Amino acid sequence: MSAFLEKVISLRFEIAAVILFGIGFINLLLQKNLIKKIVGFNVMDSSVFLLLASQGYIDGRIAPILTNGITEASHYVNPIPAGLVLTGIVVSVSVSAFFLALVQRLYKHYHTVNFDEIMVLAKKKVD
Amino acid sequence: MQPIYYNIPFVCIFLCMVGGITMPLQKNGKTAYRTTIGVCLTVSALCAVLCGILYFKQESFVYMMGHFPAPWGNELYVGPLEAMLTSVFALVMAMSLMGGKETLFEDILPLKQKFYFTMMCMILASLLALSFTNDIFTGYVFIEISTLAACAIVMARDTEKTIAATIRYLVISLLGSGLFMIGLAMLYCVTGHLLMPQLLERVLMLDATNSYTIPLTVVCGLLSIGMGIKSAMFPFHAWLPQAHGGATTSSSAVLSGLVLKGYIVFLIRIYYRVFSISIVRSMNITDVLFVFGVAGMILGSVMAMHEEHIKRMLAYSSIAQIGYIFMGIGLGTDAGIMAAFFQIMAHAVTKPLLFVSAGRLSEVSHHEKSLYRLRGTARGDKLAGVAFTLGGLSMVGIPLLAGFNAKFFFAGAAAGGSIGGVKMWIAIIALCVSSVLNALYYVPAIFSIWSSHIKYDAQPVKANHGFRVAAIVLMIGVVLQGVAAAPIMRVIQLGISML
Amino acid sequence: MKKNIWANFSSWVNGTAEGKDPYEISEKVQPREERKRFKLNEEQKMHLFNLQYKIVAAVVCLTVVGVLLYTLFQLPLFGDPRNPAVNEVVERYVEDGLKETGAVNMVAGMILDYRAFDTFGESSVLFLAVTSVMMLLLRDEKNISKEEDIQEAHERIIEREASDPILRYVVSLVMPCILLFGIYVVLNGHISPGGGFSGGAIMGAGFILYSAAFGTDAVSKFFNMKTFRTITSTALLCYAASKAYSFYTGANGLPTGIPLGTPGAILSSGLILVLDVCVGLVVACTMYGFYSLFAKGEI
Repeated sequence: MSAFLEKVISLRFEIAAVILFGIGFINLLLQKNLIKKIVGFNVMDSSVFLLLASQGYIDGRIAPILTNGITEASHYVNPIPAGLVLTGIVVSVSVSAFFLALVQRLYKHYHTVNFDEIMVLAKKKVD
Repeated sequence: MQPIYYNIPFVCIFLCMVGGITMPLQKNGKTAYRTTIGVCLTVSALCAVLCGILYFKQESFVYMMGHFPAPWGNELYVGPLEAMLTSVFALVMAMSLMGGKETLFEDILPLKQKFYFTMMCMILASLLALSFTNDIFTGYVFIEISTLAACAIVMARDTEKTIAATIRYLVISLLGSGLFMIGLAMLYCVTGHLLMPQLLERVLMLDATNSYTIPLTVVCGLLSIGMGIKSAMFPFHAWLPQAHGGATTSSSAVLSGLVLKGYIVFLIRIYYRVFSISIVRSMNITDVLFVFGVAGMILGSVMAMHEEHIKRMLAYSSIAQIGYIFMGIGLGTDAGIMAAFFQIMAHAVTKPLLFVSAGRLSEVSHHEKSLYRLRGTARGDKLAGVAFTLGGLSMVGIPLLAGFNAKFFFAGAAAGGSIGGVKMWIAIIALCVSSVLNALYYVPAIFSIWSSHIKYDAQPVKANHGFRVAAIVLMIGVVLQGVAAAPIMRVIQLGISML
Repeated sequence: MKKNIWANFSSWVNGTAEGKDPYEISEKVQPREERKRFKLNEEQKMHLFNLQYKIVAAVVCLTVVGVLLYTLFQLPLFGDPRNPAVNEVVERYVEDGLKETGAVNMVAGMILDYRAFDTFGESSVLFLAVTSVMMLLLRDEKNISKEEDIQEAHERIIEREASDPILRYVVSLVMPCILLFGIYVVLNGHISPGGGFSGGAIMGAGFILYSAAFGTDAVSKFFNMKTFRTITSTALLCYAASKAYSFYTGANGLPTGIPLGTPGAILSSGLILVLDVCVGLVVACTMYGFYSLFAKGEI
C-alpha cells in the first residue's frame, strides 16, 4: 500500500495532467456553450503541456541556460520538452483565436453562443 | 556532396510554404490562383522526376534539415512511394482548383480570395511534409497546419451553415490532436527520441526485453485513434458530411481526396518506421482498425444511399472508401498495406473527379444540389456527365477503372498470405457487399443525371475551360490507374520494402 | 414496413418523390397535422440523440482517463535522472550546444537550430491562424450590417471625445517600458530566458494596451493593413530564406560561413538572433492583429 502511495506522490504531476485532460476532453465534447468549449480545449492542451513539462524535470537540476560556464549534462534538466511545449502553446493560441473568430461570426448572426440553439435555429430558418 | 535530386523534397516543401506566405501580397485572387496552380504543377513535376529517379536507382534517402544528423536535427525520409504519392497529390490539387474555379470565385468574396489560396498552398505543404518527414514531432506541427487550413477552406464560403459545420469539424479535429499529442508525450517519455529511426530502434529493444509493453500499446492506440478521428475513420465520421458537403467545390475535392489521405499516409509511416508492422500486429491494433474499416465500408455506403444531396452523398461515400483503406491496413500484411496505398491513390483521383463534375453539373442547373433537381443535367454539359459516370463506375468497381483494381488488390491481399480464415472471409464478404451497395447509389445517380426528364430550368451556361482540362486530366488518371496498375504496384512494393 | 422501404427506394430511383432534405427549402407543402407530428418526432429524436451522445461521451472520457492513469503507473518515475528521456540527445544538446549553435539558452538553440524546421512550421501556424481570422472577420458585406456600421461609427466618436486622462497618462508612461522590455527579451533570446515568442507576445500586448487607451485610429497612423501584411510576410520570408540557406548547406555538407561569435554577447550565435527577431515581429503583429480584428474587423 505504501509503495502505491509513494508512486502516486511521485507521479502527482502526471496524474493531475491526466485528470485535467479528462476534464478538458469532456468539456470540449459536452459543453453547449461554445466559449466554454474553447475553455475546455485550452484546459486539455494545457494538461498535455503539464505532462510534457513534468517529463523534462529532473530532481535537483536547473533550467538549461548555461551559467558559470558549466556544460555538463548532469547539471541541467532536459531541454527538449520545453521546446515541444513552446510549439504546443503557439499551436493552441492559434487554434483558440480561429475558434473564437468562428464563434463571433455565429454570435453575430444568431445572437447566441449555445451550439444546440444554433443548430435548431439553422434548421428552423430553412423550414 | 550528395546528388542534386536529393534536394527536391526540401525545395518542394519550401516552395509551397513560401508560396503560401506570399499569397496575401498578390494583386488579386486571379493572380493568386495562377501562382497556386503554378506551384502545384511544379511540385508535381519535380516529385514525378524524383519518383522516376528513385525507382530506377532502387534507392531511398534521408535528407538532413540542417547541420545535425538523426537523433538531434530534423530529417526527411524519401523513397519512390512517397515521391509518387506527393506527385499525384499535387497534380490532383491543381486539377481540383481548376475544376472548381468558377464556383470558387463566385462563392468567396474578392477581398478574401487571396487568403483561400494561402490555405491551399499550406495544405499542399503539409501533405508533402506528412509524407516526407522522418520526425514525429514535425509531423504533429504539420498535422496542426493541415487542420487549421482545412477548417479555413471549409468555412471559406462564409455562410452560417458552413461556419457551424467548421466548428463541428474543428472540435472533432482538436480531440484528435489532443489524443495524438498525449500519445506523443508518452512515447517520448518511454523512448527519449523523436526521430523515427531511433524510435524504431528503441521500440524494438523495448519489445525484445518486454518492458513498457502496456505504455507502447496505449501510445500506438492513441496515435491511431488521433489520426483515425482526423481522417474520418468510421465511428468518428460524424463531422465529415456537413463539412465536405457544404464547402465550395474545390474545397470538397481537396478535403475528400487529399487532406484525409495525408493523415493516413503519416499513420502508415508511423506503423512502419516507428513501431514496425509486426509489433503493431502483435498489439492487435490492426484488428481494431480492421473492424472499424469494415464497419465504415458498409455503413458509409448505407448512409450514402439515404442521401439526396449530391455532395453529401459523395461525402458519405468517402467514409466508405476510407473504410477500405483502414480495412487494408487492418489486414496487417504488406499486401494489405500495398492495396491500401493503391486505394489512397485511386480515391485521391476519383473523388475529386466526382466532386468537380458534380460541381459543374450543379453549375449547369444553376446551383441545384439535390439529385432530384439534377435530373438531366448531364445533357447540359456532356463532359461533366461523362466524368461523373466514369468516376461513379470506378467507385462501383467496373474493370479497367481505378476502383476495380483497388478492390481486386484488397481481395487478393485478404485471400493470400497468412491471414486467418475468419478475417479473410469477413474481408471478402465486406468487399462484395460494399461493392453492391456502392452500385445501389452510384448507378441511380448516374441514370438520373442522364435522364430525359429534365427537372431544372435549362438555360445555356457558358463553357468552363478550367473544368474541361481538370475533368480530362482526372479521367485519364482514373483510366491509367485502371489499365496500368502493375507499374504503380511495383513502385508501391519497392517503397514499402524500403520503409 | 419492408414494402415501405422498397417503395421509397424505387420512388427515389424513378424520381417520383422529391428529396426530403432538412437543409434545403422543400417546395412541397405537407398537410398541417402531418407536419406537426413530424416536428414532435424530430424533437424527441434530438432529445434521445443528445442523451445517447452524453452517455457515450462520458463513457469514452472515463475510459480514456482510466487507461491513461493505468499507463502512467507503468511509466518511468518523475524526476529520475535514469529516465529513458535523458539520453545522448540531451547530452549533446547541453554539452555541445554552445559550441555548435553559439546559444547560451539551450532551448533557443534547440528550437531555432537543431529543430528549426518545426519552429518554421510553428510560425506558419500563427500566420495561418491570423489569415483565417482575417478571412472570417475582415469587414465585408457578408459579416457587417448597416446598423453595426452606424453603431461602430458612434463608438469611435465616443472613443475620440470621451478620453480617459488617467488611462492615457499611465499608458504613455508604461508603453515605452513595455516595448523596450519586449525588444530586450527578443534580442536576448539566445543568452537568457525568453526569445521571439515571449518577446513578441510582450510587444503585442503593449500595442494592444496603446490601442485600448488611444483608440485604433491612433494606432492605424503607423500600423495599418499594409504594414501588417508587409511585416509578417517579410519576416516569415526572411525566416524561410535564412533557414533554406542553412538547410541546403547543412544537407549538402557545405560550410555556412556564418560566424557564431563569442557566446554570451548579443551579436552571437549566428542565425538564431535573426530568426528570433523574425519570430518576434511575426508574433507581435499577430497578437495585435487578433485584437484588432476581433474588436473592429480591420487592422
